[in-house]
Amino acid sequence: MTKRSKEVIVIGGGIAGIQASLDLAEVGITVHLVEKLPSIGGRMAQLDKTFPTNDCSI
Amino acid sequence: MNELRIGVFVCKCGSNIAGFIDVPAVAEYAKGLPGVVFARHNLYSCSESGTQTIKDSIREHNLNRVVVAACTPRTHEPVFRAACEDEGLNQFLFEFVNIREHCSWVHMQERELATQKAKELVRMGVARVALLEPGEMTEVEVIPSALVIGGGISGITAATALGSMGLKVILAEREKELGGMLNDLYKLYPTGEDAREFLDKRIKTLKKFKNVEILTSSEIKDIEGYIGNYNVIIKEGKKEKDYKVGTIILATGALTYKPKKVSKGKSLFNYDGKNVITQIQLENRLIKGLKEKKVVMIQCAGSRVPERIYCSRICCMTAIKNGMLLKKANKDAEVTILYRDLQTYGTDYEDELREAKKAGVKFIRYSKEKPPSVDKKKKFVSVHHELLGRNIEIPFDLVVLSTPLIAHSDVKKLSQKLKVPVDEHGFFLEAHVKLRPLEFATDGVFICGCAHWPADITESISQALGATSKAAIPLLNLKVTVEPIISYVDEEKCTGCGICEENCPYAAITKDPETKKAKVTEVICKGCGICASNCPEQAIDIKHYKDEQFSAQLKAAFEEVKT
Ligand SMILES: Cc1cc2nc3c(=O)[nH]c(=O)nc-3n(C[C@H](O)[C@H](O)[C@H](O)COP(=O)(O)OP(=O)(O)OC[C@H]3O[C@@H](n4cnc5c(N)ncnc54)[C@H](O)[C@@H]3O)c2cc1C
Ligand code: SF4
Ligand code: SF4
Repeated sequence: MTKRSKEVIVIGGGIAGIQASLDLAEVGITVHLVEKLPSIGGRMAQLDKTFPTNDCSI
Repeated sequence: MNELRIGVFVCKCGSNIAGFIDVPAVAEYAKGLPGVVFARHNLYSCSESGTQTIKDSIREHNLNRVVVAACTPRTHEPVFRAACEDEGLNQFLFEFVNIREHCSWVHMQERELATQKAKELVRMGVARVALLEPGEMTEVEVIPSALVIGGGISGITAATALGSMGLKVILAEREKELGGMLNDLYKLYPTGEDAREFLDKRIKTLKKFKNVEILTSSEIKDIEGYIGNYNVIIKEGKKEKDYKVGTIILATGALTYKPKKVSKGKSLFNYDGKNVITQIQLENRLIKGLKEKKVVMIQCAGSRVPERIYCSRICCMTAIKNGMLLKKANKDAEVTILYRDLQTYGTDYEDELREAKKAGVKFIRYSKEKPPSVDKKKKFVSVHHELLGRNIEIPFDLVVLSTPLIAHSDVKKLSQKLKVPVDEHGFFLEAHVKLRPLEFATDGVFICGCAHWPADITESISQALGATSKAAIPLLNLKVTVEPIISYVDEEKCTGCGICEENCPYAAITKDPETKKAKVTEVICKGCGICASNCPEQAIDIKHYKDEQFSAQLKAAFEEVKT
């Protein structure tokens, strides 16, 4: 392994940021997910149903 | 066996379940079931606070079995299994009961009956969980190379991205040339870039990677195996060769619908391939230079109709692009676009529409009930103008039909070889439309571009890059974990009759030459259970789906509900 730092910052903790962080973490990369609100989840976490499956999807 | 301490968590899923089922009553009912020491309901069990509640309860009540009655294991099982593992409870001692897709959503009008059914489903789950046994995930080694099927822009992008990660890639294209549909295009929206140049640049970059093997005029003959270990036979021209890959990306694209030519009788809008052509034929003519001045385009030609109910998404922008190109090439050109609705989503595409209107392209709306008709003798298109409330006639030199993208006619064959599904239109069907849009339910196979659904180049490229990231994860980790839900043989009972070997679709069972008994190759077994149901001696069972577990569940189904 080279000494290059294997760390990534993801800015924004909505569904896009969360998915990107998960995929990076799965290959063993350290991820810093930065979200300005007190909780992650973004828009999707506020929705009870999202189309087209009409489930909560969180 | 230790004392059973089952915990049951019934989820409201906001209003998705609680709107149609009396959730607290189901939780209350669960408290009285055998072995249950704790039951409660949650607003969203999968949320952080929901899983925390489950974890806290496991600890506080010393639970050794957990049932969650909520949505679907397809998306949420991993969440709850992880919560169990976090508290040191083996994940296979967890049972998922689906009271949303299997209950609240299908019985929305019948609250009482739905509540009763939810109770019964929970009772069955509790009966099953009591007999579950702990298990361990198995680790499988992964061959660090990928196969990309289809060499259009999606496949080229995926192969380039995998190549740049240093992984070995095989790109198989069945035509002589890479490029797919882009080979037939003239200029591209929304940038106006030349399609040939765009494509050539990308092919050149791809060819720089020595670790990418490009096979053209190549067909996939056979695919065998599972995530991490696929054996693929590819026929390149006349020679056949074996390749070993760990993951597969499907990028086989689509075709444009070409109305059937009929000598007598009718074809769609009198299509003839000469004066009435499709957009892709127009692009081809634009490359050579177009003489016709009066051009009428008809949108949704063969799409958003009962035979093909979907919107093909790219044809509105294609018409706007080509309409504008015609006006730019010749100021005197008269271009009219007859549309039902315009799909010009996003800022760039709406800008293009404004530009086209500014350039003088005319837009006239028609309704499905009163479609335009093409009179080839008099050379005009007649259409009911919705605002004028009467028919108008538009003279033409050329009619262009914006026909939809359709699936290749042989997708079924490929879908069977890969054991992945297609939808009713022949487009490949992802694992979950929102949460897993680029994956299949079959691990190790990924999808991108127009093979999935009509997409423009921007979308095809984004999807290809997304599929690449997903496909690369196991290749970079060099291993995957798979569920131990596989068959096992009770050698005492096995008579070596060989029925299971004959019936296993994955060739996972063979007769051991020494013991003369059936033997399971664990990494090949998919846990389908065919062997278990065929064995005359009941010598085979499936781990986590044992006969006694099923029997207990079934028996519970027919017990009387005590409320
Ligand atoms: C008329 C028209 C105009 C368009 N204009 C634009 C535009 O201006 N801008 C824009 O963004 N988009 C445009 N598009 C859309 C664009 O063409 C697509 O987004 C893009 O071509 C999709 O690429 P793909 O790789 O997914 O599929 P394809 O281009 O279809 O490539 C798939 C490849 O897979 C190969 N293949 C299929 N089956 C197999 C198999 N079994 N084994 C091996 N190989 C196989 C095919 O031969 C093909 O080469 C237009 C489309 C049309 C029809
Ligand atoms: S993109 Fe436009 S022309 Fe194509 S099917 Fe959709 S609405 Fe009809
Ligand atoms: S079917 Fe049953 S008895 Fe026959 S070989 Fe297979 S395990 Fe043994």
